[in-house]
This record gives sequence, C-alpha cells and structure tokens, in this order.
Amino acid sequence: MNPSPMPPLDQAPALATETLTLNMGPQHPSTHGAMRLILKLDGERVVSAQPDFGYVHRGMEKMAEALTYPQYIYLTDRLDYLSSILNEWSFCLACETLAGIQVPRRAEYLRVITGELCRLSSHLVWLGSMGMDLGAFTPLTYTFREREMILDLFDLLCGQRMTFNYLRIGGVSRDLPAGFADQARKFLRYFERLPDVYDQILSDNAIFLQRMRGVGVLDPAIARSHAVTGPSLRGSGMALDLRRSEPYSAYPEFQFDVVTRADGDALARYQVRVEEMKQSARIVAQALDGLPEGEVQAKVPRVFKPPVGEAYARVESSRGIQGFYLASDGTVKPTRCRIRVPSFANLSVLPKLLAGVKVADVVAILGSLDFIVPEIDR
Amino acid sequence: MRLFPETAEWIRISREWLVGLASSLGLAPVVGEAVGAVVLMLALFGLCAVIVMVLVYGERKISAHMQARLGPMRVGWHGALQLIADTIKLVIKESEIPSAAERGLYRAAPYLVFVAGFLALIALPWDRGVAPVQLNVGLLYLLAVGTPGVLGILIAGWSSGNKYSLLGGLRSAAQMISFEVPLVLSLLGVVMLAQTLDLQGLVAAQARVPYILLQPIGFLVFLTSAVAETNRNPFDIPEAESELTAGFHTEYGGIRFAYFYLAEYVNMFVLSMLGATLFFGGWHGPWLPGWFWMMAKTGVILFLFYWFRWTFPRLRSDQLMDLSWKVLTPLAFINILVTGLVLVLIQ
Repeated sequence: MNPSPMPPLDQAPALATETLTLNMGPQHPSTHGAMRLILKLDGERVVSAQPDFGYVHRGMEKMAEALTYPQYIYLTDRLDYLSSILNEWSFCLACETLAGIQVPRRAEYLRVITGELCRLSSHLVWLGSMGMDLGAFTPLTYTFREREMILDLFDLLCGQRMTFNYLRIGGVSRDLPAGFADQARKFLRYFERLPDVYDQILSDNAIFLQRMRGVGVLDPAIARSHAVTGPSLRGSGMALDLRRSEPYSAYPEFQFDVVTRADGDALARYQVRVEEMKQSARIVAQALDGLPEGEVQAKVPRVFKPPVGEAYARVESSRGIQGFYLASDGTVKPTRCRIRVPSFANLSVLPKLLAGVKVADVVAILGSLDFIVPEIDR
Repeated sequence: MRLFPETAEWIRISREWLVGLASSLGLAPVVGEAVGAVVLMLALFGLCAVIVMVLVYGERKISAHMQARLGPMRVGWHGALQLIADTIKLVIKESEIPSAAERGLYRAAPYLVFVAGFLALIALPWDRGVAPVQLNVGLLYLLAVGTPGVLGILIAGWSSGNKYSLLGGLRSAAQMISFEVPLVLSLLGVVMLAQTLDLQGLVAAQARVPYILLQPIGFLVFLTSAVAETNRNPFDIPEAESELTAGFHTEYGGIRFAYFYLAEYVNMFVLSMLGATLFFGGWHGPWLPGWFWMMAKTGVILFLFYWFRWTFPRLRSDQLMDLSWKVLTPLAFINILVTGLVLVLIQ
C-alpha cells in the first residue's frame, strides 16, 4: 500500500476559520459603565467594532421640559458625573445668555476655581482607570487618594462630593467658606510633585510605553470630521480649547498653556491629560490669589422667566466641548433642551480606530479616549 | 552548629515508629509504610492549603501597603483570619454549571490544573535530606508534571461555553507553551554546573556559592518565565481582568473557582521554591534550621512576584510572544553556550 503523497504546502487546503462576534459589555470592566461594543474578531484581531449606547438613557433632555430652569441644574450633574461643575456651568451660561444676565466677577472666579478643580479630579480618575485598563492596579489607588482631597474641598464648599449643585443662574450658591483657600493652596502645593510620581509608576515604564505608543492613532482630519474635541483632539495636534479660542467667564485673565501633542496616539492623549492637570492647578492657584471681592450672585428674579428666544452656550469640559441649547417660550420651563456631550462625538471615531487592532489594544484605546457613559446616554 | 535537630531525623524517627507499630500489631511492615504514605499525602494537602492561605494573606497585605491601603483588617488581628472566612465562603457557595458548558470537562478542569501544581510539591527539597519523595531526576520530574496544567486551563476555557473564556484559554495555551522553553533552558546552566538533576544534589552543590552569582542571566530568564508560567501580571494575559473579565475562569464559582485559585498560588509557590533551590542555595544557611532558610528564600522570590504584579501594567499578547521567542530564548541559549565554554576552559 502506497501512502498518498503529501500535497505541497502552498496547495494544502486553507484552514477554515470564521470570525467570532464578541459582545464587549454592557457589563464589562473596561467599558466604564453600561456600554456595549460589538466586536467581530478574527483570532485576537478586531475586524470591526460597533459601539452600542443607550443602556442608561434617562431622558434628560425631555425632563428639562418638565422642570423650571433652576430645578434642572442639579440634573446636569448627572450627565458627566466626574465634571459636574462644568455641566452646570454650560447650562447656567445658556440661561444667562437667554436672559442677558451679567455674572459678578467674584462668582466667575469661583466658577473657574471649582471648574478647574473638577477637571483636575476628573483627569485623576481617568489616569487611575487608564492604568487599571492596562493591568496596573496601583495608580488607581494613588490618584483616588488625591481626588479624595479635592472632594474634601468640595465637601467643605457645598456639602457634596459628587453632584455638587453649586452653580446658580447668575452666580454661585454660596461664597467660599473660611479655610477653603488655605486648604486648596495646601492641596496645590502637595499636588505639585505628583505628576512626576505618576510618571514613575506609569509613563517611565517600558511596558506602559509599549502598550500606548502608536496605538489608536487618531488622524487630525478624521478627528475633525467626527467632531472630536477636548484632550483627545489636542492629542492629535489641534489646539482647540474653548477656554482660549472662545474665552468665556474669567478665563482671559489667567495664564495657562493649551497643551497639544502631535502624535495622535494613545500616549499623546495620555500626555495631554497629565499636562492639563498641571495647567488646571496653575489656573486654580492664580484664581485663588486674584480672587476679587464682591457679590457671588447677580440680581435674578425669584421666578426665572427668560424672554422668548433660544440660546446655545458651550464650555470646555474635561472631555471636550459640552454645550446646552435652550429654547424659551417665556415661561418658567424651557420648551426644548438639547445637550451636546463630548463623549458621544469622541466615541464616534471608535469603529475607525478599532478596526484591525488587537483585543488588548481595544482597552487601551477606550481608556485613552476617556468617555463617560451616562453623558452619552443622557 | 545547628540549634534545632534535623528535620530529616524527625521524619526517620516517625517513619520507624510507624513501621514498628505495624509490626507490633502483627502487620507486615509494608502496611506501616503505606499508612505513612497516606498520612504524608494528607499532610501535604493540608500544608498546601495553609501555604496558599499564607500566600494570599501576604499578597493582600503587601499589595495593600503598596497601594496606600490597609488590606483586610476586620477578621482577627489585622485580618489574619480573613482567609479562613474566605475559604468557608468559597466552600459553601453554590457551584453553578452554566447551561452552555460541556459538563464533564467543565467539572474536571479545575482539578487537573490543581493536581499539576500539587504533584510538584512532592519532589521539592524542603530541608536537608527532606523531600516527600526522593527522586534522582527531581528537576526533570518537576518540569514534567507542571505541563498538564496548561491542558486544564485550555479545557476550562473551551468547556465554559463563553467567548471570553475561550480567548483566555487559547492565550494561556500559547503563553505557557512559549514560556516553558526559556524556563527549561534557563535551568540547564545550573544543571551543567552541578552535573545532576537531583534537587538535593543541586542544593548540596551550592554549599559555598549560590548559583545566582554564577548564573545571573539564568536567574533573570527563569524569574521572567516563571512569572509568565504562573499567568501573573505583567503576563496575566489569560486572565486580563480589564479585557477578558477573568479569562478562562470567568464562568467558575464556588469550590471549583477555589481550585483554580489554589492552583495559581501553589504554582507560584512551587516555582519560587524551585528558584530558591536552584539559585539561592536552598536550605543552606547558618544557625537556623534548613527549612527556615528554604522558606525565607522562597519568600524573597514570592515577594518579587507580588511586587511585579502590583507595579507593572500588562503586556499585549504579541509583545509577550516577542519577549519569549526573541529575547528570553536566545538569552537562555547564550547562557548555556557561555556556561559550557567556561566549563570546558576550566577543566
């Protein structure tokens, strides 16, 4: 019996393989909330990725139509829960534009101080969870330790740690309590050396660099066409920062740099955010030093009834441009509220970024885009 | 001079006592031997559980202090009884089998993984002349019995009927097979120096100089491969909490999960002990008994395991393969070559 000869290797029938559809989420440690990614996998390689949102939809825009303007402020905290002050800010800004209210200068400074502290704490949470996504557990505990100090400051200021409800239409709810400025300065002094500590545990690490460098490169043209904003855009080399390019509130009075990196990869976005933390600390220090005396609340009628019209106001939130569109029919409630959230636009590039990468890179890219699900679902 | 009697002496005495007891009861001496063997196995199993408890408690405490936390503090003094509470919880927990699972294989996998680690404990040199079973090819045995573990993980990943588990199982198979190569090669240098595969002999050969001084590259390759073999961070790709939720044991709970957990720590302990035996001079040390030195040296390597886990991010699977095939394996080969050349030149 003759054994049949082996066919040459190049003529051997190809191994039949098929793609695997993996539902990443809605419950998954790296989707940071209830979000689903439908991944088509060819082994470890991602063929296509489709994000699916809506698991925490609360009808925030519709709810605005049933509430008076001041009643809605506390709900905006629940959009991007890590930068609640900044959400309140853009809502109040929209209301003030509608009614043509001038905010006192001291209130503007207080908004800047709290807003930048909020951005700082949001970036701290992101930094920790970025490390967590890449499998480094320790940075999370470090950054949460620092965030705790910021939360203590807010606790002192308005009695809340997450959903502050601090801003009011035409100002802020209360002036700085005694000891706040000293405690804040103490924190800033403590914070000065911290970016170096984070460098030691993350960005000086060869494995971390290997995981981040060249991963998820976001082309500036794609970023632009998908309306990506915030640190994710600045990581692609575009210096769009509303605090500088469309200055609102007291921002023209402060010295700070708009941080950009040209590479557009996950590492660039990481570096932008770490650098932005330093800039935020810088702004807070300046605002504390130059805090003007005066009222913290403009004269606003007890029943706030803006004239008929519409207004759109936007601020630079921790994740990008956050805006409120409000239409008023002259009553106490808005007829229409539309929210522009940065995370939604930022994540719209996901199918482009994720095609062709490894499963492990999915996590790195998701982490580097820094999104908040409740903000997307609204 | 030693302050304590040799452990080997105690074992010899109790063994003779058992055999004597058997013959005084009118039984063949082999009965005494058999009873001794069973007692030994049970003792080892108990020891295994105790070791894992100590290891897990140590890891939780060490990692907590690295992370500016306190770790377990509530159960007992500084949480010392926490692991007992955890064990009770795991044992009495309902053990569900997912409906998509391949039932037989799903049940078998944890035990397969555990047994692979457990078998290795038998041959390790705990003290001068003390090993549950004396083998003249102990090192070969150790490397051989560890291998079925990867099968268990592969089976667990496949039989769970979960895509994350499947990915984890496949990653694990690729990783463990890749790192077995540099692991074995890194040990060859030591074997060439000592001219024996007997673990007792290997320790005895280090009476004056521990091999870490003669084989530093061998030790580095060994340590890196050992971390990868045990699927620990930065090589915990099969489990990859943030990608695959828990990889191959996503679907396991209760006592079956506990066996995976046991296996992970037993494997870590075995490899640390192997490292202490081959590179740190095993039970050699002044004044204190041999087992103390053995455990202390094992502890040093274990601490390295912990330290890596709690400070490093995770590598990507392709980067991991690069590390194994492009860096560690060539390094191990160079190490063997240099060791051989030096040996030839000296003789």
